[in-house]
Amino acid sequence: MEPAEIIQHSGGAIGAAWLMIALPLVGAAVLLLGGRRTDKFGHLLGVLMAVASFVVAALSFVQLLGLAPGERRRGIELYDFIPGLAKVGLLVDPLSISFCLLITFVGSLIHIYSIGYMAHDPNRRRFFAYLNLFVAAMLLLVLADNYVALFVGWEGVGLASYLLIGFWQHKPTAATAAKKAFIVNRVGDFGLLIGIFTIFATFHTLAFDGVLANADKASSGTLTAIGLLLLVGACGKSAQLPLQSWLLDAMEGPTPVSALIHAATMVTAGVYLIVRSGPIFLGTETAQLVVTIVGVATLLAGAIIGTAKDDIKKALAGSTMSQIGYMVLAAGIGPAGYAFAIAHLITHGFFKADMFLGAGSVMHAMNDEVDMRKYGALRKVMPVTFVTFLIGYLAIIGFPLLSGYFTKDGIIETAMEHNAVLGWLAVLGAGITGFYMSRLVFMTFFGTKRWEPTAHPHESPAVMTVPLIILSIGAIGLGAFLILGNRFMTFLAPAVGAPEEMPSFHPFSLTGLVTLALVAVGAALAWMKYGRAEVPVVAPRGSFLTTFARRDLYGDALNEALFMRPGQWLTRLAVFFDNRGVDGLVNGLAAGIGGTSGRLRRVQTGFVRSYALSIFLGAALLAGAWLVVGNL
Amino acid sequence: MGESITFWVLAVVSVIAALGLVFSRRAVYSALMLGVVMLSLAVLYAVQDAPFLAAVQIIVYTGAVMMLFLFVLMLVGVDSSDSLVETIRGQRFWAIVGGLGFAVLLAAGIGNAVVGAPRGLTAATQAGNVPSLAELIFTRHVFAFEVTSALLITAALGAMVLAHRERSEPKPTQKDLSRQRFVAFGRTGKNPAPLPGPGTYARHNAIDMPALLPDGSVSPLSVNRYIARYEESQGILPPEVARVLEQEEAAQRANGHSTPTVADEARDGGPDTEPMAEEGPVEEGVVAGRVVSARADARSEEDGK
Amino acid sequence: MTTHYLVLSALLFAIGGVGVLVRRNAIVVFMCVELMLNACNLAFVTFARQNGNLDGQLIAFFVMIVAAAEVVIGLAIIVTIFRTRRSASVDDVSLLKY
Repeated sequence: MEPAEIIQHSGGAIGAAWLMIALPLVGAAVLLLGGRRTDKFGHLLGVLMAVASFVVAALSFVQLLGLAPGERRRGIELYDFIPGLAKVGLLVDPLSISFCLLITFVGSLIHIYSIGYMAHDPNRRRFFAYLNLFVAAMLLLVLADNYVALFVGWEGVGLASYLLIGFWQHKPTAATAAKKAFIVNRVGDFGLLIGIFTIFATFHTLAFDGVLANADKASSGTLTAIGLLLLVGACGKSAQLPLQSWLLDAMEGPTPVSALIHAATMVTAGVYLIVRSGPIFLGTETAQLVVTIVGVATLLAGAIIGTAKDDIKKALAGSTMSQIGYMVLAAGIGPAGYAFAIAHLITHGFFKADMFLGAGSVMHAMNDEVDMRKYGALRKVMPVTFVTFLIGYLAIIGFPLLSGYFTKDGIIETAMEHNAVLGWLAVLGAGITGFYMSRLVFMTFFGTKRWEPTAHPHESPAVMTVPLIILSIGAIGLGAFLILGNRFMTFLAPAVGAPEEMPSFHPFSLTGLVTLALVAVGAALAWMKYGRAEVPVVAPRGSFLTTFARRDLYGDALNEALFMRPGQWLTRLAVFFDNRGVDGLVNGLAAGIGGTSGRLRRVQTGFVRSYALSIFLGAALLAGAWLVVGNL
Repeated sequence: MGESITFWVLAVVSVIAALGLVFSRRAVYSALMLGVVMLSLAVLYAVQDAPFLAAVQIIVYTGAVMMLFLFVLMLVGVDSSDSLVETIRGQRFWAIVGGLGFAVLLAAGIGNAVVGAPRGLTAATQAGNVPSLAELIFTRHVFAFEVTSALLITAALGAMVLAHRERSEPKPTQKDLSRQRFVAFGRTGKNPAPLPGPGTYARHNAIDMPALLPDGSVSPLSVNRYIARYEESQGILPPEVARVLEQEEAAQRANGHSTPTVADEARDGGPDTEPMAEEGPVEEGVVAGRVVSARADARSEEDGK
Repeated sequence: MTTHYLVLSALLFAIGGVGVLVRRNAIVVFMCVELMLNACNLAFVTFARQNGNLDGQLIAFFVMIVAAAEVVIGLAIIVTIFRTRRSASVDDVSLLKY
């Protein structure tokens, strides 16, 4: 089934879709320009704008549902950016509205949670301004109807991410992490930018409808190039191999940021880009293959990193990488995988945000301690956090009937049909997920107390637990709601297309059973090692493999060796060349002229008779010359 | 024939005089040599049908300009610059090379400019030399002539402006000068009385004779040290003067003073220490140069204060 | 015959030039300049005779006038310099240098 035509739209909630972007943007502007005067109500305004944005998104969604499925792609023209070349408009279709709902809903909950989490931070107002800025940019990214506006949003979320990772910039680690995230993202953005240039050179337009409808007319080579360049952009933003290194360091930011930006929304922008540009990837098997390979490699890499991290947030970040790897894998497969990719994205947005916020709640209770080896036995002290976290945990490992079970299983089944190797690797990843997530839960909530003497854990206030509860409800039921009866696939079909034959859900397929068995084995291993046995407070040295995983698979070392050090050498070489070569030339010239002048000026002795002598000799010479010439 | 004799005599004289002008050590001799050259040239003008110019040459150059030179020479006096020792390296060598080259080139150049026999001025000066010149000056060249008058007036004014010195304080009267002398006496013990004239009590009325005090001894103040030194070198220093000088030196050594230098005496400015320009050979000239430079030092010290 | 006058004029001019270059007393230098001017005048007078018109004598006359003015001003300058520097040496006036 092919995607539907885009219909120009005006009126109603969809016509006012720009409000979704404008409201948080206004909030950010007021909070940033208003300065300390807005300190008192800043957090409330931020929450209000996020919620208002959600309301517009929800109304648009309702209006969209009221339309016939074939008419659900609505374009809203805003203005001519470059007349005849680039119009700026919004595209409200099932794909973008799904994202809008996720962003605004989870975003609103995290805004609310942040009121409590950031209560004691003197810069809370600025934090909310950045959050609002992020929401606006992210909505622009998903609502844009062309690649330029998408790129503006893309850069906007990058900026917000940078600002929020480095929000506690007084910590050198945070400042460095922010810089690292920004620089690594630049690499990806550069790829995306060149991809956009190539798109324009090929299709002479940047609007989605113009590009995607004509994608099959371009040559396969061009499409491969565009696809790979877009993939580079997606890798940068979604922390896929080989541009994954920034995500783990990005955990230096406040935990709500990690939940919103580095788990639920921004890092999924790459998946959105691949799904949105689906027709381009469909035209090139090479690019599709590369996408799936990147996805599988990342889901395994993230899972392996997750097994070794003692920092609760970094373990969750590894898990995020891994889960996005699943989504990218699904997105690389084509229309059969799109729905699962997006569905997993949405459910992941819920349960990962749930777990991140749960982790934040734990940290809040433990004096911002992040080392899981110093947790333990928190289930009784923090019952609400524990239960919600447990739900998120069960959802992510694919416990039957919870969200992750449906969406991840869908991805694995689709991958298995597409390519058995990819499928089995995905199954293996699911098994590792079972191990590391269980390890995380056992180390945090079970076992013995290994707290620091100063820690007095307590349950977080309602403003933090209520969002947890809401998110965990989503983590329970959303998967079943979306997947059963192919509800979500049918809904998305007008936007991204759908396979001719709708997949049917088999609760007891072979793959599903093997997956469940592997997950159970992983969880059991984790129980043996971290649940029943005593967890050492200081991490044991571990084998080579442990070190390998702890060092993020030597990603940073690789980057340093391949790019940073040669870059530094190159800079030093340039500096040397500038100092010795360019400056040497200029200075040498100046010194030469200066030295010559210094010697020449000695001719000016000040003695009139010397000057007279030179005049006299000159006159004699002239007379001689005159005689010679005159006699010729 | 007559012209040839005149020319050859005057040419030789003028060239020798010109060389004398350049190479004589004393500026006064140079001036006199210049006068010889100018007079020779005046005669050569006259020989060449230019009686008016000959007259003007004598009146203006030998008369006015030479006098002016001599006046200024007297004003400036003997100077270290009269020394013929060259101070700029290579200057003399290149000057002579240039001079020889110029002479040869000019001789070759304008010496060959003449073609054929001279036409003579008989045709051009039928009304006489002066009226013909006057006609030219007041008809064709009248504007240039008027301009030269402006030039001369400007030059006269310029000379006045340059030579004029504005007095910044009233001229000291004799009373002021006397008071100054006694102030100096009170401060340094300098004798306020005029220096004794040479030979006041002497048997001879000559400048080299020291004055005698009433008791018949020699007054040290009156001893002219230049003359004393000259006489010492010649071995004709009168014994009484030598004794006085020795006593003075001994006394000054006892007082811890150094021997008074020529410069010190020059600064004292007594009539007996006036340098004798016309006296003695080379060394004298150098000494005189030192006197002048010492004066210049003193002046610059005053300026510094 | 006129050639002899011209050669004499050239000789006197060159001698004057050498004098300007080797003498340090400003007044003597000035005299040497006068010598050079006189040598020029001799050449003018000779050319007047050679060419049979009075223009040469006329220009010699003007040269004399200008030389007279020049002497007045030059000597005044020398006196002024001597008054301030107590020296008539052209080498002493050498502050304007490197």
